[in-house]
Amino acid sequence: MIALFLAVLRREALLAWRSRADTLVALTFFVIVATLFPFGVGTDERLLRTIAPGILWVTALLAVLLTLPRLFEHDWRDGTLEQLLLSAEPAPVWLGAKLLAHWVTTAVPLAVLAPLLALLYDVEPVVYGWLPVTLLLGTPMLTLIGAVGAALTLGLRASGLLLALLVLPLFVPVLIFGVDAVTSARDGAPFAAQLALLAGGSLAATALAPWGCAAALRLAVE
Amino acid sequence: MSRIDAWRAAAETKMRSPKSWWRFAAPKEFFWLTGKLVPWFGWAAVLLAVVGLYAAFFVAPSDFRQGEVYRVIYIHVPAAWMSMIIYLAMAFWGIVGLTLNTRVSFILAHALAPTGALWCFVALWTGALWGKPTWGTYWAWDARMTSQLLLMFLYLGYIALVRSIEDPRRADRAGAILAIVGSINVPIIYFSVQWWNTLHQGASVSLTKAPSMATVMLVTMLIMTFAAWSYSIAVALARARSMVLLREAHTDWAQKAAAAMVAKREAEKE
Repeated sequence: MIALFLAVLRREALLAWRSRADTLVALTFFVIVATLFPFGVGTDERLLRTIAPGILWVTALLAVLLTLPRLFEHDWRDGTLEQLLLSAEPAPVWLGAKLLAHWVTTAVPLAVLAPLLALLYDVEPVVYGWLPVTLLLGTPMLTLIGAVGAALTLGLRASGLLLALLVLPLFVPVLIFGVDAVTSARDGAPFAAQLALLAGGSLAATALAPWGCAAALRLAVE
Repeated sequence: MSRIDAWRAAAETKMRSPKSWWRFAAPKEFFWLTGKLVPWFGWAAVLLAVVGLYAAFFVAPSDFRQGEVYRVIYIHVPAAWMSMIIYLAMAFWGIVGLTLNTRVSFILAHALAPTGALWCFVALWTGALWGKPTWGTYWAWDARMTSQLLLMFLYLGYIALVRSIEDPRRADRAGAILAIVGSINVPIIYFSVQWWNTLHQGASVSLTKAPSMATVMLVTMLIMTFAAWSYSIAVALARARSMVLLREAHTDWAQKAAAAMVAKREAEKE
């Protein structure tokens, strides 16, 4: 079981490294969209400082959404997915490795990059520290819920748009608690509860989502 | 044999037995039963709506704070209730379908979705029309309104997913998984939106009514709620009936039933 987990993890990491342009596209998207907002709302420093956590969170969320369709797409096309589903080990084992690798190669870079983008908004010093922390705690839930959506829409026409329609409403709680933690930290309010809720949500999604994901993938390859 | 297989086998035996209620899980029996039920629920909906609307407009007293405009409550509240109950019903039929392998359960879930989305829309629309004269705004980011809007998106997502999958088996099961995931998320969404709203805007707009309603108002509201239930059941079952016919078009009974329906319609024309 552990051998399979590690093997899939190694394979996914290698694939991510060899197609690192994909990761860069998502990161570039994150940067470009985050720089669009000042053009839309103007350059009032106070306004930008106020909306920065929300904008960076929404933009990161959209960047995660953008990476979801390719989560299973290649494996489904070349038949790897079918082989994995036929393996004797429970599907959540290799799914767990796959999702972990996907999260590390897509969401973690976003969290690392977020403080740099926050510079553009001239945020308060405390935001630089807490923004990536909330992203690291919250994005696992996005990737996991998104994976169920990606599995449900695998191989359908206009699957990317459909995926957005399915998962964006479900992303709302993550967005609320993520932004709320950052803004509370900035305003000097207590925010441990929001961090705990983000972490708890990610843990609950880790326990539940792989099963839903496996069931949806079985339907897709039938 | 795993426990769920044993359970499925037991359910299947029950579905085949002519005396058990479970036999209505078979498409043919379901079609026969709903053929009897739809007119009853349909007429009940019409009667209850006529009585309820009459009571709402002419019998119920006007509200001492809001005057006449409050009367939209008799449509607004049943609509909001139905939209939430129907989503849970969809998830319920999804679970039944996934565990017991009954096709009719999935069809019921599909048939409920448009009605649920319609109620969601009615609740939002009447809420906006009610909000303008009483609060001075069509929309506020109140927890209940925002959750209702997100519920609408969940319905639209479900309908879009089911419609874009051509293979009926996959459409059924994918829809069921989505409805279950969504129903787990509905309370989380509500809780998070409430948290967000109360922390950031304060309760600028409160939907909480006076604690006690006049009995006439309550009875009127209940009549309208039953009307909404009857309408939803009638419409969902009627929709499910045509879906069953379409799915079972290869069977002898479905072809006969369809032919009988056509013949009846022709006879009515003449």
